[in-house]
Amino acid sequence: MRTRTPSRSPQKAAAPAFFDQPVEQPIHPQSAISANDFSVPEVRRILESADALEKENPLRRAHRLAKRRVALLFYESSTRTRTSFELAAKALGADTTLVSSLSSSIEKGESLKDTGITLKALGAECIILRSPWSGGPYVLARATGLPVLNAGDGMAEHPSQALLDLRTILQFLRIRSSAVNEKTLRGATITICGDILHSRVARSNALLLPRLGARVILCGPPALLPETAAGLAPNVTIERDCDAALRRSQIVMMLRIQAERLAGLQIDLDDYRTRYQANADRIAAHAPNALLLHPGPIIRGMEITSEVADGPHSGIAQQVHNGVPIRMALVLRALATRSAAKKGRRA
Amino acid sequence: MKPILIRGGRVLSPANHLDAPRDLLLRDGKIAAIENQGKIRGPDADVIEAKGLIVAPGFIDIHVHLREPGQGYKETIATGTAAAAAGGFTTVCAMPNTIPVNDTPEITRWMQAPDRGASARVLPIAAATRGSLGETLTDYAALQESGAIAVTDDGKPILGDDVMLQCLRAAAKLGLPVIQHAEDTRMTGGCSMNAGALAFRLGLRGMPVEAESSLVERDVALVAKVPNAHLHVAHLSTAKALNAVRAARQQGLHVTCEVTPHHFALNEDRIGPYDTNAKMNPPLRAESDRLAMIEGLLDGTIDAIATDHAPHAAHEKEQEFDRAPNGITGLETALGLAIQVLHVEPTARHKMPLAQIVALLTARPAAALELKGRGTLTPGAAADVTIFDPAERWTFRAADSLSKSKNTPFDGSQFQGRVRYTISKGCIVKQMSS
Repeated sequence: MRTRTPSRSPQKAAAPAFFDQPVEQPIHPQSAISANDFSVPEVRRILESADALEKENPLRRAHRLAKRRVALLFYESSTRTRTSFELAAKALGADTTLVSSLSSSIEKGESLKDTGITLKALGAECIILRSPWSGGPYVLARATGLPVLNAGDGMAEHPSQALLDLRTILQFLRIRSSAVNEKTLRGATITICGDILHSRVARSNALLLPRLGARVILCGPPALLPETAAGLAPNVTIERDCDAALRRSQIVMMLRIQAERLAGLQIDLDDYRTRYQANADRIAAHAPNALLLHPGPIIRGMEITSEVADGPHSGIAQQVHNGVPIRMALVLRALATRSAAKKGRRA
Repeated sequence: MKPILIRGGRVLSPANHLDAPRDLLLRDGKIAAIENQGKIRGPDADVIEAKGLIVAPGFIDIHVHLREPGQGYKETIATGTAAAAAGGFTTVCAMPNTIPVNDTPEITRWMQAPDRGASARVLPIAAATRGSLGETLTDYAALQESGAIAVTDDGKPILGDDVMLQCLRAAAKLGLPVIQHAEDTRMTGGCSMNAGALAFRLGLRGMPVEAESSLVERDVALVAKVPNAHLHVAHLSTAKALNAVRAARQQGLHVTCEVTPHHFALNEDRIGPYDTNAKMNPPLRAESDRLAMIEGLLDGTIDAIATDHAPHAAHEKEQEFDRAPNGITGLETALGLAIQVLHVEPTARHKMPLAQIVALLTARPAAALELKGRGTLTPGAAADVTIFDPAERWTFRAADSLSKSKNTPFDGSQFQGRVRYTISKGCIVKQMSS
């Protein structure tokens, strides 16, 4: 038998910098991954920036991020979010490129980390990510050190959607962006109804709106809304009776049942429609003056009927419209230096 | 090989109720003598001055994944046992979820062959069913004959009542423990953490406590039907399952269990922003479950601290949380965590005595899996000795780990209690300068 000496790791020869293994980096502070990433004053600044950018002369606006490089990395299909982020980045003058899981090396098994490193090496200064995996943006942010804008990750979060929903709500309540503080939504109650369990939109809204003073009621059957959901934030409660929730609400947000994430869960759709569908009768009886929201895609005849979706109280198109200014503000925030960001707010 | 004289230390061997200043002489791979200090003359011996140190039986880890055969990129038997030696372990029980699964005497013998270059004794635990598919029993007698000390389908729990009953019956005839990773996988599909408010907040699917406790309860009911059956519950993580073990003991059933250092040191909050080094199975649980694990260690219900050392390559862990594999390395942090969490921390109202910690790393795991003659310091026993400084404060650096993999949530953690010498079969396999 031998006596072993304590082993020592071999001394590594100094290598040129470009041979260094990429190491984990801190999350870039101008990322937007969770609705909790923004302080209330930051929320106000983003809303003000969105207002200013929306009003700005498009030719001047296009100089703000002229020729800066923004990559859109989409592992899931998307209409609204992808188009509005792309239009937003282009409106600021940035070059954009879209990488989607089909038609890229992701199909060949390239990891998120390697895809991120590749995009960075190609000059991307900001990556907008949609991922089917909760927490995916953190992997990308740590791998690249770039500002990462979360365009929806798994069941976790969709912070830009929460901000554009907030803008829609403020417009409905006729509250100016500059007035936004911790008490702005005091007295306002928002019901979010439907498949809360699988909804990143519900989570981001339930994290954001109570911080501005709102009450959030979550509504849905136990299979799609576990009791643990009430732990999301203070001022978030659960109400199983849709009519009772509607009667207390000034704003109602309907959600789609996410068939692609049900994972074997059995839902009686007829029963679901009876209890939770936003139809003309239910809205007229319990929330005739409420603003009706839906992050889309809507399944007409399922969680919402055409009369309601196309009706006078529907804010659905306005939500989509607000996507571009909010996302302009987020892309600018991600890429702007401090002084440029200030100018953006003043514009 | 020169004899070794360990001089001036506090010898702590709970198996034979020894806790006293003693000198220890190791010769020809055996403990030659244990005497009052200054009594042993060993002019030809190498001397280890152990003043201020604890001299304990070599630690025994009854739950490690050494990844060989088949996944040498994560760990080999040589690197895994080097990490074991660094952590004070002289005996490790290797789980069968290798590639191929260790379900034959050939693989069982291969794992123990001298060519593997092990720095610690490797005691294989063989698969309970062929390919760990939960259908056909392996040949327990042949596996035992080739050195397997227990059977399990770790990671692929045996769900079928009939198959589990067959396992318990066949193992009982040979005196083999059946080890169960208690998880009703019908309740945990797509899950990657503990069920609860945090899982909801993070948008991750959660494993309910009942997935663990219901299978322990089922297994206990089956043990009650089989004379001489011995069930060992692997890496217990919930208060509810612990209570099921307590109840089984009160019925007089032969049910033993273990807990990992991470399940008594951490709760699910450690996941933070989706840290895959806090992803393991069973998952980190709620704080109340963590405290229940400490309670179970204190009151003796839990038989062993076992690490569930589960190395994975960096590229496997640097993924989205749901896609990253389960498990963390544990051999080199076990003692530090045990002393830090159970003995030192001011919140530890119990302040577990060092003798009890040593027992949970030596005599009690040896007794739990009936490893005869191990985990004790007595003349004639194997010269497996671990010497540690219970007062030394140190910082663990994953980069310095001897494991091939660095997947640990404890990188940069500060611990009290550090291994100074690990002696296996009379050879110093690890020596740490202070």
